[in-house]
Amino acid sequence: MNKVGYCSAALLLGVSLGTPVRALAADAATVEKGKQVFQTWCEACHGSGGDRPGTLGLEAKYGGKIPARLEDRKDLTADFLKLYVRNGFAMMAPFRKTEISDADLAALTAYLTRTRK
Amino acid sequence: MRTPPGLAPEPFATALREFAGVVGKDWVFTSDDDLHLYQDAYSPFWGEPDERKASAAVAPHSTEEVQAIMRIANAHKIPIYPISTGRNLGYGGAAPVYSGSVVLDLKRMNRILEVNERNATCLVEPGVSYFDLYRHIRANKLKLWIDCPDPGWGSLIGNALERGNGYTLAPYRDHWGAHAGMEVVLPDGDLVRTGMGAMPGAKTWQQFKYGYGPHLDGLFSQSNFGVVTKMGFWMMPEPEAFRSGTVMVYRYEDLFKLVDILAYFENLKVMSATTRVESPLLFGAFKAPPPSPELAALRARNPGREEYEAFAANNNVPYWSVILRFYGSPKVTAAHWEYAREKFGTIAGAKFKDGDFYEFPLSEVAVNQIMDKAPLGIPSLEAFSMGGRTPTNPTPSNGHMWFSPIIPMSGEAVQECEKVFREAFKEWGVNPLGLPLPQLYHERTFFQIYGFPISHDAETNRKNRETFKRMIALAAEHGWGEYRTAPAFMDACADTYSFNNHALRRLQEKLKDAVDPNGILSAGRYGIWPEHLRKTRHE
Repeated sequence: MNKVGYCSAALLLGVSLGTPVRALAADAATVEKGKQVFQTWCEACHGSGGDRPGTLGLEAKYGGKIPARLEDRKDLTADFLKLYVRNGFAMMAPFRKTEISDADLAALTAYLTRTRK
Repeated sequence: MRTPPGLAPEPFATALREFAGVVGKDWVFTSDDDLHLYQDAYSPFWGEPDERKASAAVAPHSTEEVQAIMRIANAHKIPIYPISTGRNLGYGGAAPVYSGSVVLDLKRMNRILEVNERNATCLVEPGVSYFDLYRHIRANKLKLWIDCPDPGWGSLIGNALERGNGYTLAPYRDHWGAHAGMEVVLPDGDLVRTGMGAMPGAKTWQQFKYGYGPHLDGLFSQSNFGVVTKMGFWMMPEPEAFRSGTVMVYRYEDLFKLVDILAYFENLKVMSATTRVESPLLFGAFKAPPPSPELAALRARNPGREEYEAFAANNNVPYWSVILRFYGSPKVTAAHWEYAREKFGTIAGAKFKDGDFYEFPLSEVAVNQIMDKAPLGIPSLEAFSMGGRTPTNPTPSNGHMWFSPIIPMSGEAVQECEKVFREAFKEWGVNPLGLPLPQLYHERTFFQIYGFPISHDAETNRKNRETFKRMIALAAEHGWGEYRTAPAFMDACADTYSFNNHALRRLQEKLKDAVDPNGILSAGRYGIWPEHLRKTRHE
C-alpha cells in the first residue's frame, strides 16, 4: 500500500510533483461528468457540513488559510488529485479502478481544477 | 508478474488470458500499481512481509461472468477471493485473507434490481452501496429507509454477509437478519438460489425468507462456500416522525436498573433502535466537548466511587446516560418517550432531556444539516472522522481496527467486562482507543468495542496485534466472543469457538471439502481453510 505520507506544504499546494499539470481547457461535458464523480465518490467526505471527515481534517490542517472544501480550492492540480485518489492519505483509503475509472478520474480532475489560477 | 502460491507463471498466465476472455482485458488487473489498490488500506501488517497481497484482480459484470470465472479458476486451481465494494475498513478491506489469491472484484455488479415500495423490500447486486441505494430512493421519492452501517460506501450484501449492523429498528439493524433470499455461485460455477428463490417464478423471494427444507443461507455468511451475486432485504417504511431523548442517572449502582429497563423496552419494541450506555462522568459522552478542568482533574486522580458520585450530584454530570430513539407518528413517539420517562423515572434522581424531533420526508437542505444521520436511514462517512485530523488531534491515524466482543445485556456483564479489560490494560501497559462502554446493536446483547489505530510503524502495529490477540483469548476465558474480525485475527477468533474439540470447525471443514474440493474460494476466511492449506495456516 502506497498511501501518501505526510506531505509538505509545497506538495499540498500542488507544486512539487514534477511539472505541475494545469487543467487544459476541459470541455463542459467533462467538467459536468467530473462534478457527478465528485458527488458520487468525494462529497460524503469533502463536501459541506460538520459530518464530513475530509473537510473537517482540512479545516484543522489549514485553519482557513486554504479552503477546506475541495470544490473551493483554486490550487489543485491533476497530478496532485490523481496521487491522492490512487494512494489515499491517512484515514482516506485509495479508490480502485472499478470505483473511479481512469476516465472518471480525468473528469474529476477537470472539475476540481476548473478554476485553477 | 505475481503468481498465486505454488502456481507457475505459465499456467497462471493462461488463466489470466481466459479471465480476460470472459470480462475483457480492461477488467483484469496485474500491474503493481493496480494491485496496490487491492491491499487493505487499514492493514495492521503495513509494509511487513505478512502483508496480504493479491496476485491479480478480475472484475466481472454479471452472474454469468462470475460462473465462468469460477469454472476457469477450478480448472487451473487458482485461489479466488471475492469482494463486494472492498470497503470493510476496520474489519478488512479489499485484500485477500490468503495472500496471492486473485481478487474477484464485484463492484461493477452494481444494479439495483428491484425496490418494492408497497412491500418494503429490495433486491440488489454486491456492488450496490448504501449511498447508491439511498440516491435511488431519493431520486424516485420512495417512502423507504435503509438501515445504514457506519461506512455509507459499504455494500449492502457485503455488510450483511459480515453480519454487520446499523442504527434504526431491530428488525432492520441486524443486516444479516434483514435479508430475504440469495443467489449464489458455488465454487464449481453452479448457480443456487435460496429461500423462495429456489422455486422458478416464485412471487415471494424477497418476502418469505425460508422457502422449503433446510435453510442454508447461513453457510454463505462469514464463510467461503460461494459467491453471493444477488441478495434481497427487508427495508423500513419511512415513518411519519422521529424523536429522541436522553435518560441520565447519577449513581454507579443505577447502571443495573438502567440496563434492565433498556432491555425491557428493547424486547417489547417500545424502543428498539441502536443505542449505547455512556458515562459522561467517567469517559465523556460520544462526541461530547472536552471535560471541564474540574472533571478532567477528577478523572486524572481516579478516586473512589463515592467521590465520583458526589461530583456527579453536585455538578449535574451523569454517571450513566442513554439516548433513546423512537419512530412512528408524532403522537406515538411522544407517548413512547413519556412511557420511557415513567419507567426510567423509577430510578431515584433520574433526569431527562428532550432530543431531536423530525417529521418526514426531509428536504435536501434539512438532510445536509443533520449531524447524526444513521438513525434516520441516511448513509454517511461521519465515523471516519474518528482518528482523523482535528484541532485536538493534529496527527491523523492511518486507519483503525476494532475489537468487539459480544457480552450479555446486563449491568453486571458491563461491570465485569470493563473491570477485566481495565485491569488487563494496566498489566499489559496498553491503552486502546474508544469508550469501553456497551453498544446495543444486536438484540439481547451488548458489543464492548475497543479500537486500535493503524500505524506506519511496524513495531507499533506488532504490539497492537499482540494486544488484540491477548484480548481475544482473555475475552474467551470469560465467555465473550468476537462477532466479526479482520483477516489478521480470523484464525485466533475461530480458535475460541472450540466446544467439543472444535466440532464446529470440523463440520465447517467437512462442508468446505465437499462444496469446494479444490479449495479455491476465499481460503482462510473466518478460519475455514481448505484441506491442502490446513497445516500451514497464516498467523
